[in-house]
Amino acid sequence: MPSSLANSGRLGASLPLKLATWAVVLFLHVPLMLIILYAFSADDKSYVFPPPGLTTKWFAVALARDDVWAAIKMSAEIALYATAIALVLGALAAGALARTQFFGREAINLLLILPIALPGVVTGIALRSAYHTLEIPFSFWTIVIGHATFCVVVVYNNAVARLRRISPSLVEASMDLGANVFQTFRYVLLPQLGTALLAGGLLAFALSFDEVIVTTFTAGQQTTLPIWMLQELIRPRQRPVTNVVAVFIIALTFIPIIAAYWLTRSDEDSQNR
Amino acid sequence: MPSSIHTPHSLLDRLSDLLYQRKGLMLAVLLTPPLLWFGVIYLGSLLSLLANSFFRLDDFTGQVVKELGFGNFITLFEPANVDVAVRSITMALAVTLAAAVLALPIAYYMARYARGPQKALLYVAVMLPLWSSYLVRLYAWKLLLAKEGAISWALQQVHMQWLLDALLATPWIGGNSLSFSPMGTFMVFLYMWLPFMILPIQAAMERIPGSFIEASADLGAAPGATFKHVVLPLAMPGIAAGSIFTFSLTLGDYIIPQVIGNSTMYIGQVVFKQQGVAGNLPFAAAFSLVPIIVIAVYLWLAKRKGAFDAI
Repeated sequence: MPSSLANSGRLGASLPLKLATWAVVLFLHVPLMLIILYAFSADDKSYVFPPPGLTTKWFAVALARDDVWAAIKMSAEIALYATAIALVLGALAAGALARTQFFGREAINLLLILPIALPGVVTGIALRSAYHTLEIPFSFWTIVIGHATFCVVVVYNNAVARLRRISPSLVEASMDLGANVFQTFRYVLLPQLGTALLAGGLLAFALSFDEVIVTTFTAGQQTTLPIWMLQELIRPRQRPVTNVVAVFIIALTFIPIIAAYWLTRSDEDSQNR
Repeated sequence: MPSSIHTPHSLLDRLSDLLYQRKGLMLAVLLTPPLLWFGVIYLGSLLSLLANSFFRLDDFTGQVVKELGFGNFITLFEPANVDVAVRSITMALAVTLAAAVLALPIAYYMARYARGPQKALLYVAVMLPLWSSYLVRLYAWKLLLAKEGAISWALQQVHMQWLLDALLATPWIGGNSLSFSPMGTFMVFLYMWLPFMILPIQAAMERIPGSFIEASADLGAAPGATFKHVVLPLAMPGIAAGSIFTFSLTLGDYIIPQVIGNSTMYIGQVVFKQQGVAGNLPFAAAFSLVPIIVIAVYLWLAKRKGAFDAI
């Protein structure tokens, strides 16, 4: 292994570099900590800091709200369907593109990345104009189709990174020992690929659960959790409930993100070295 | 008959042999579902977007008239619309530049000095905000930037309120309060997209061999000179890759400037308002081609810098 940048830093970082690093970490995390503090604020009229007092009563209020629960359920269902579609399409695309070279490969790669590389507004309005032209009414499924489209790339990236780590000789050995293509997939590839697909699926779920821009273009009357949140952002009506819901969303999205990181950290290492 | 030792038994085996012997067929089987989805739904939608941009809205009936014309594109060049495009592109460039400045030190530290648990901690600390809820983080900034919020309070504690007032009084970037000023919009954009800049730069820096740094030092370069002449050029593909995200995400966002900022419009807001409130889908479609074209130019420039090797 060639000595990388990481192996040579024996002298230690200079103080300004350390300060700059931890200042950025603080910049990224102080706003999230603030959200947690505000959920306990006794104040219900403004965003005053520091909070005049602390209370846990808003958690009970928020938990009793039917509209919040309905929005959570709607978002979770959409995310489940979108993730299922993304898992199938992303895994197939990864299987086709991970170790092959052919004309048009780069174009397909670009096509998969495009829905997240282009601004959400573009993907959203493109889908909306297609639904409009074909006179498809907005529904639960028009949202799912939009979400699945931009979730594929997340699954694809995770699966490709893992497939490139699996030695091709494993597949050859399996075939030499008499397994057919399907058995090789089931007993050799899938066990190796499993955690990468799980991680991709978790991230796709988090992405879909939280998506708002494409959703606003493809939803009719459906209120997903992000749409509920957006309405509160533009016209705050129940600040304490919003504060609690925000904490709830943080907790709910941190779990799949951390889990996905844990499942694929060796892929990251091998890419970086 | 193929003279293989292994004679196919079941239909599945025969199918398997067929797929294994003809790699092209295997590829076709794997690629058909994703290509159908992306080819029909996604490319189809983009084409319908393109077609719609040439249609027009009948002013009396409010219906879309499906006749090709360039009316929308002529309207695009009206001063008010050019203003929106210029404002959005300026903001996207400013956010990209600031994100690169903030990302370089932390990415360098992560790649060169951090290791073991500290490295994992930093990595998670950067990745968590990237993946966690966009709206919740935006909401956090609404709390932070509010007139009675935490930033004002903190500045008051250190008797620096005058600095904020002076900045808010500055034309172009100022406003009534932080949450109603372009300065606030800029800060939120920067916060939102910063992790997208840090991670590709860090990945690019991980690939720089340590011996390069040592060689540079041995040859007498001060740390600053090594950074400028060795690390920075080699990190360029990472910066270019990160800038694609920061630039594209800023250019297309319509929610951040709607929640934090004054009433001036950005591209995304115009697209959203035109198709929603105004019901003018053709004009919204034409306007949404602006970020596509700007980003295409940007991608072309970034590709020349080697950005795609670093994603």
